[in-house]
Amino acid sequence: MRVGLFVTCLVDLMRPRIGFAALQLLEAAGYEVIVPDAQTCCGQPGYNSGDRSPAKALALKVLREFAGCDYVVAPSGSCAGMIREHYPRLFQDEPQQLEKISELAQRTYELTDFLVNVAKLQNVLGSFHGSITYHDSCSGLRELGVKNQPRQLLAKTPGLQLKEMRDCETCCGFGGTFSVKFGDISTRMADNKCNAIQASGAAAVVLGDLGCMLNIEGRLRRRGDNKTRVLHVAEILAGEEGT
Amino acid sequence: MHFKARAGEKLRDTRLQQALAKAQGKFVHTRAEAILELENFEAYRDAAASIRDRVIRDLDLYLEQFEKNASARGAVVHWAETAQDVNRIVCEIAELHGVRKAVKSKSMVSEECALNEALEAAGVEVVETDLGEYILQLAHEPPSHIVAPVVHKTKDEVSDLFEQKHKKPRKTGIPELCREAREVLRPHFLSADMGISGANFLIAETGSTLIVTNEGNGRLVTTMPRVHVAITGIEKVVPTLEDIATLLRLLPRSATGQAITNYVSINTGIKSRDDSDGPEHFHIVLVDAGRTKLLGGVMQSMLRCIRCGACMNHCPVYQNIGGHAYGWVYPGPMGSVLTPVYAGLENALDLPNASTFCGECAVVCPVKIPLPDLMRNLREQQTEQGLRSWQERLALKIWAWTALHPGIYAALSRIAARILKGMAGGGKLLHYLPGGHGWTDGRDLPAPEGRTFRELYRERRR
Repeated sequence: MRVGLFVTCLVDLMRPRIGFAALQLLEAAGYEVIVPDAQTCCGQPGYNSGDRSPAKALALKVLREFAGCDYVVAPSGSCAGMIREHYPRLFQDEPQQLEKISELAQRTYELTDFLVNVAKLQNVLGSFHGSITYHDSCSGLRELGVKNQPRQLLAKTPGLQLKEMRDCETCCGFGGTFSVKFGDISTRMADNKCNAIQASGAAAVVLGDLGCMLNIEGRLRRRGDNKTRVLHVAEILAGEEGT
Repeated sequence: MHFKARAGEKLRDTRLQQALAKAQGKFVHTRAEAILELENFEAYRDAAASIRDRVIRDLDLYLEQFEKNASARGAVVHWAETAQDVNRIVCEIAELHGVRKAVKSKSMVSEECALNEALEAAGVEVVETDLGEYILQLAHEPPSHIVAPVVHKTKDEVSDLFEQKHKKPRKTGIPELCREAREVLRPHFLSADMGISGANFLIAETGSTLIVTNEGNGRLVTTMPRVHVAITGIEKVVPTLEDIATLLRLLPRSATGQAITNYVSINTGIKSRDDSDGPEHFHIVLVDAGRTKLLGGVMQSMLRCIRCGACMNHCPVYQNIGGHAYGWVYPGPMGSVLTPVYAGLENALDLPNASTFCGECAVVCPVKIPLPDLMRNLREQQTEQGLRSWQERLALKIWAWTALHPGIYAALSRIAARILKGMAGGGKLLHYLPGGHGWTDGRDLPAPEGRTFRELYRERRR
């Protein structure tokens, strides 16, 4: 079976190693992984800024690029949520496109959701010696129901101890352009998240979305916390981060 | 002052922050416990949403039925197309009945109309009797929450205010403060000529108005004065008492985490010969003020709203800035939809954008209003009407164009990855980003690794 890796624009630019971690995990699960070279962005910045037309154009681009894949997997609940939940809405008045777009939506998965529910991955590649706490990113959680999937996989990771933080489902304040347009509100929300992370006593916060990662890490460091690590769940599962 | 400036002020207000932190814990946790009592909470949400949709689909029919049944019981139904009409109608009622003093229980619709000011200008003394609203009347402040209007104040602030306004020794305990408010309010109930209430629901089959309260003031307001005026939005009509039973399982649980409020008052008609109390005159003012504009449109689902406040209680933006930052009667996610819709898109440009789309509001809404989708739609309307700034439109255009040109996009990504890494020096963080102060004022930007994924992937494949 063939999986198309939707790298996401933020992983591509900021954290390539997360893309490679996802790739390794999918290959370890026995899939042939292809990475369409011309992929860029899922279109969410336009869609959530109130401009549907570039979002639609990008949706059709994704549709073309991943046409030959049995599944599309993204190391992001936000981008997977965009494709799965929102692409069909963009074409609800265009029945011809809608059919193909809905089909794309149905075979698109967030990484941990795919690994648990489709690939039924038994063993993870990595190990982690220490405690982590998990932040549930909004789109993955509320649009795709990603809650137990990462926890199930993390539970299989040798050495890893999960310490849940309070309000783990509360938004970290990223929200795409919100984080820049309403920087002070966004920072306060990130602050609350940092407080919860630190109160958990975990050595690392693990999550599944780049936006939240940059936001939380950026705020932790600005507050002077250079100790608490901020890791993508794929990094831990693939063992890129190891000990 | 705009939303952004107000929000910034609220973030720096330490007293407000204390009050908000306390309220959040209470609302969120009590609701979570209360909904567990209903094993099939989701089924109730579906049922409630469908009741509300049924009403909205045939709103005219249910309103006519309501008017017919209310009139048959001696009430007079008034139709107010605008907020000004509400004020005119209520002032006329006051004049007709020689009203000098009115006691009021909580009504957000009357806040939409600024009714108190209109009545005072007409020479009628108005006394708010909901404890929160009474405190705000003393402080000359608007409510910051639709259910708990004074949630932004701490107990100490109320102690100071009562001491100053009541000229009595300062009380510090909540029971003592409540007792003092009761003592001040009691003579007003007895001497008022008119009681003004809202209505949580209008019941079409009986022509009744229904209010849910916790303090008992609502019952005094609606039964003691000789004139009762109930003011509410036309969308609040519900077909039957059976439907009310469904909605009442959700409203208090979603609002305050109660299985039921201390008082549920159903007011039907005027005092009859056999009744020992009740008003001699009952006027019901049904308010449009923009509601009919939503019918048949993309915003129609907003008319389902039963004003429980769960969306704001669970909104991480509201939780951090409080209700006053939103600038009009309705705060939080529901306000971010209602304010632009009722007060004009151009008058509330920030509101639909002041959301991370975390989606929690839609998850907790007892009538399943897709609030993030409605906010996104308002953002689209802003774009269509050219209301977004040219800088933002230009940035979006550039982003869209490059994202649709993969070669150029890849080249720019490669350059950006290198420049940003270079700007971090040898470190892993950018403390400052030209043009990105919205981010870097409060956060560092973790630097990119230096090369893009696709660049590295292509190399590895070779």
